[in-house]
Amino acid sequence: MLELKSLSKTYRTGDAALTGVSLQVPKGQIIGLIGPSGAGKSTLIRCVNRLVEPSSGEILLGGDNLVTLGRRDLRTQRRRIGMIFQEYSLVERLTVMENVLSGRLGYVPFWRSFLRRFDAVDIQRAYQLLDRVGLLDHANKRADALSGGQRQRVGIARALAQNPELLLVDEPTASLDPKTIRQIMRLLTEICAERNLPAIVNIHDVPLARQFMQRIVGLRAGQVVFDDAPAALSEDALTRIYGAEDWDAMRKSDTEEDESESDTRRDLSEIPA
Amino acid sequence: MSSQYPTTWRRPPQVLTDRRWRIALQVGLLIYLVLAFGSIDVNWQRVSEGLERGQRFVMGFLQPDFMSRWRDISQGLIESLTMTLTSSVVGVMISVPIGIGAARNLVPRPVYLVCRSIVAVSRSLQEVIVAIFLVAMFGFGPFAGFLTLTFATIGFIAKLLADDIEEIDETQAEAIRATGASWFQLLNYAIQPQVMPRLVGLSLYRLDINFRESAVIGIVGAGGIGATLNTAIDRYEYDSAGAILLIVIAIVMVAEYSSSYLRKFLQ
Repeated sequence: MLELKSLSKTYRTGDAALTGVSLQVPKGQIIGLIGPSGAGKSTLIRCVNRLVEPSSGEILLGGDNLVTLGRRDLRTQRRRIGMIFQEYSLVERLTVMENVLSGRLGYVPFWRSFLRRFDAVDIQRAYQLLDRVGLLDHANKRADALSGGQRQRVGIARALAQNPELLLVDEPTASLDPKTIRQIMRLLTEICAERNLPAIVNIHDVPLARQFMQRIVGLRAGQVVFDDAPAALSEDALTRIYGAEDWDAMRKSDTEEDESESDTRRDLSEIPA
Repeated sequence: MSSQYPTTWRRPPQVLTDRRWRIALQVGLLIYLVLAFGSIDVNWQRVSEGLERGQRFVMGFLQPDFMSRWRDISQGLIESLTMTLTSSVVGVMISVPIGIGAARNLVPRPVYLVCRSIVAVSRSLQEVIVAIFLVAMFGFGPFAGFLTLTFATIGFIAKLLADDIEEIDETQAEAIRATGASWFQLLNYAIQPQVMPRLVGLSLYRLDINFRESAVIGIVGAGGIGATLNTAIDRYEYDSAGAILLIVIAIVMVAEYSSSYLRKFLQ
């Protein structure tokens, strides 16, 4: 579905963010992109929809090369790619509905979007998506009135409103609490499964990647150093990606976190309503 | 408890780290101030005459005469208010596209440079100077005043709007761009919601600046209440001048309070 061929990006400052990255993403597969800060995860997914211009290489989405597109073609290709952001990136002063409908901007002419006169089908779909992410009652609220988890759900609905063929997800849970993180990840994976959507998910939380991803790609200093199933993510592999560290200690503290979380849940359930 | 650490701390000097430089600078400033005061040439006779005139002026204030020149005053007021409103509306309408063009993050570099230079020209010329030029070009009267205030409004609104656009949350714009939105859609969905409240606030603020300025530029011939005020003072009719000033103050205060109330309401 998506194919990257020796993709490279060198920033104007001379920093080589990506060097010769090649990757194939088949339909319906969710890939977790892990790696230390500055490894080029963010650059990689931003190159795909050209929010960052790649320096060389090819990006093929269903056979179309995205790197050589002109302005107009870029617009029609971008709408095939849904993107979900770290800080939700909703337009805060717009309503939830407007945010979801903004996923249709690539399809409608300016005057329609300006007058907020979207097609009946688009509006129906937007409601349906809001229902899917559990926010049907919040359609007319302003986006800044929602909580973090709710905002990220709106972000997901906006990306899906594009009717995308690929999802790019940039640290979707970086600013959420542990419980909401799992809910959002579950929602994302469910949705991808429902629609047979491929997705590239930047994720800095290794246990989370292991739990939810079907395949893991490790980046280090702009190069792919690991590409395999989560089960194959051994200590050696982690050291290759992140450098030397006591991984067992980290994993242990993470199970502790999980336990304390379930503890809390138990405590909460004991409180009479 | 060990006592090897100091118990006092003072903030080290940040700018001039050399003590001698600091002393030299302070002494130099003092000398300059003394010399400057010494060079002021005061003509005490004129001061006493002026004080007397000032007294008559204050008396005029205390007994303002609204009636004897009411026709001139009301005409001047209407002219000023018309000038204020029309120039604010036209000025804002022109400055929105220029402000957008002057935002570095939205337009290609040549457009940015052109719009920034328009802003720079408008801001570098003070209203009174522009008014003198335009009065010379278009003759006395409120039309020159309207043009002056429009010109000044463009510099003010366009600059502040552009700065505001440059400081928006880029990630919101990035998200809209990623949906395949066109440039105009980006403007409408990502930029406008972020800057609109401030734009409205600035426009209201400019409206009351324009009214105050309309009184000033009237003095150089650009019509309005300023012209009436100038005439009254020229004729030594301080009671009428006092009345005009009181009216101006009242209107400015009403504009000030209503616009700040409106701005609060819009947030």
